Amino acid sequence: MVGQLVEGPVAAPRRRARRNYTPYLLLLPGLAWLVVFFVVPMLSLASQSLQTGSVESGYVQTWNFATYVDAMSQYWPHFARSIVFAGTATVFTLLLAYPLAYFMAQKAGKWKNILLVLVIAPFFTSFLIRTLAWQTILSDNGPVVALARTTHFTDLLQWLQLTSNDSLMNSRFAVIAGLTYNFLPFMILPLYANLERLDHGLIEAAGDLYATPIQTFWKVTWPLSLPGVVGGTLLTFIPAAGDFINSRLLGNTQTVMIGQVIDSQFLQVQDYAVAAALSFVLMAVIVVMVAVYVRRAGTEELV
Amino acid sequence: MRWLRSHLVGIAALLVLAYLLIPNLVVIIFSFNKPAGSYNYQWQQFSLNAWTNPCGTPGICGSLGLSLKIGFIATIVATIFGTMVAFAIGRNRFRGRSSVNLLIFLPMATPEVVMGSSLLTLFIAMGIAPGTPTILIAHILFCLSFVVVTVKARIASLDPRLEEAAADLFATPTQAFLRVTLPLVAPGIAAGALLAFSLSFDDYIITNFNASPSSVTFPMFVWGAAQRGTPVQINVIGTVMFMAALLLVATGTLISNRRARAAA
Repeated sequence: MVGQLVEGPVAAPRRRARRNYTPYLLLLPGLAWLVVFFVVPMLSLASQSLQTGSVESGYVQTWNFATYVDAMSQYWPHFARSIVFAGTATVFTLLLAYPLAYFMAQKAGKWKNILLVLVIAPFFTSFLIRTLAWQTILSDNGPVVALARTTHFTDLLQWLQLTSNDSLMNSRFAVIAGLTYNFLPFMILPLYANLERLDHGLIEAAGDLYATPIQTFWKVTWPLSLPGVVGGTLLTFIPAAGDFINSRLLGNTQTVMIGQVIDSQFLQVQDYAVAAALSFVLMAVIVVMVAVYVRRAGTEELV
Repeated sequence: MRWLRSHLVGIAALLVLAYLLIPNLVVIIFSFNKPAGSYNYQWQQFSLNAWTNPCGTPGICGSLGLSLKIGFIATIVATIFGTMVAFAIGRNRFRGRSSVNLLIFLPMATPEVVMGSSLLTLFIAMGIAPGTPTILIAHILFCLSFVVVTVKARIASLDPRLEEAAADLFATPTQAFLRVTLPLVAPGIAAGALLAFSLSFDDYIITNFNASPSSVTFPMFVWGAAQRGTPVQINVIGTVMFMAALLLVATGTLISNRRARAAA
C-alpha cells in the first residue's frame, strides 16, 4: 500500500525507465545471500535425509524414504514432547505478557519508557547465562523451593506430574518455566506495539454503554489486540519448539526435546541421514502448524 | 479490596517484570561470590576476585573477543544488505514482491536447529571446513531478515509527502533521499543493527553447528563451562553486558523522545 502512495506524483517520466531496475539491484546482495545460504541448504538437507552411508564411507543418494519411517518411529515422543512443552510455554507467556504489555501501553504514563528499557535490557544479555541463573534460583536449598514446599506448590506440581519429587530443578516444570521465561520478551514486545495503538476512547465508550470491565476486555480490547497475540505466539512457539538449551540445562533425561536429538544426531552420533530427516520433519511440522494457525486467526498482515 | 481491584493490572505487571529481571539480579549478585567448588551455584562469601581478574579463566576473553568481532562484522553486513532489501520492497511494486516477502519471512519461522543443521549439510556437501567464516555466513543470514523487518516497518510509517515536498523544492532524487528519507529512516536502521548485534552475540545453537574447536564464541564457552564448572568471570561479563544494554537502550529511548519532542 505504501509503495503505491510513494510512487505516483514523485515519479517523473524521465526516471521511469531507470526505476524498473533499482529494486532488483537493491535486492540482489540480500536475496543472493538468502538463496545461497537458506534455500540451497534446505534442499541440501532434504537431499541428505534421502542418502545412505556413513561419515567414514561417504554418502550416496538412494532416495531411502525408510530413514523417515525409522526416525519418526524412534523419536516421535520427542516431537510430541517438544510441541506440548512449547505450546504450554506459549500459553503461559501470553498469560504473563498480556498484563505487563497492557499496563505499559495504557496505564504506565511517564513510567512507560523505563518499563520498556527494563523489558528490552535482559533480552540483550546472554540467555545462556540467564538460564544458568535459573539453576541457582530453583536449586534445592534456595528460598524458592522452601516457599514452594510450605505452600504445597511442590505437591501440586507432583500431582500434575510436572515434577517427580519435592524439588523443582531437573523436571518438566523447570523446563517449561525456563522456556516461558526465555521467550517472554518475544511476546511482550509485539503485544505492546499493538496495545499502544489501541484507542483508549473505545474502552471508555464501552464503559459508557454499561459494559463491565470484563465484557469490555473480551468484546473490545482482546479482539483488537489479536494481531499482536498472533505475532507474539508465533515468535514464542517457533523458537521454543526447536530449543534444547532449557531442556538440557534445566531438565532431565525424561525431558529431552527434539532439538537436542537433532543436535546430538548431527554432532555426536554423526548419523547425518536420520538427523537431516528429523530436522526436515520439524521444519515441515512447524510450517504446517503456523499456516493453519495464521489462517484460523485470520490475520494476513503478518508476512 | 477496592484498591486491590483497581490496581490489579499494575500489580500483575510488576510481578511479571520481577520474573523477567530476577535472573539478571542473580547473575549480578553471584558475580561477587567466591564459590567453594568449580560450580558457581551456591552463595558462599563476598569476593571481588572475578571483578579484578575478569580474564582469569583460560579462553574466556578470547571467546568474548571472537563474539564481539563476529557480532560487529555480521551486524554491518546484515544491516547494509537488509536496509537495501527493505527500501526495495518498502517503496516499490515489482514482479515477485510477494515471493520476496516470503523468502524474508521463512528464515524467521525456521527453528534454529533446522537452520544450523541445514547450513552444516551444505558445508559438508561442498567440503567447506567449519570455522569463523562459516559462523559469519550463518550469523549474517539469520540477522538479515530481522533487519529487513525492522527497517521496513520504519519506512512504512514515513509520510511520503515529505519526499514529494523535497522534490517540489527542486531537490534531485539523490538529494531528497540523502537529506530527507535517510535521516528519517535512521532510527529504524539503528534499531535493526542493535537487534542484529544482540542476536549474533547471543546465538549458541546455530553457531555450534558451524564452529570448529578453534573458533569458540562466548556462548559456546559458557555452554562448555556449564558442563565442567562455571567460573565466576561468566557472571562478571554477564553483568557488564546487562549494564551496557541498559545504558544503550536508555540512551536510545532518550534520544528518540527528545527527537519526538523537537518535532512536536
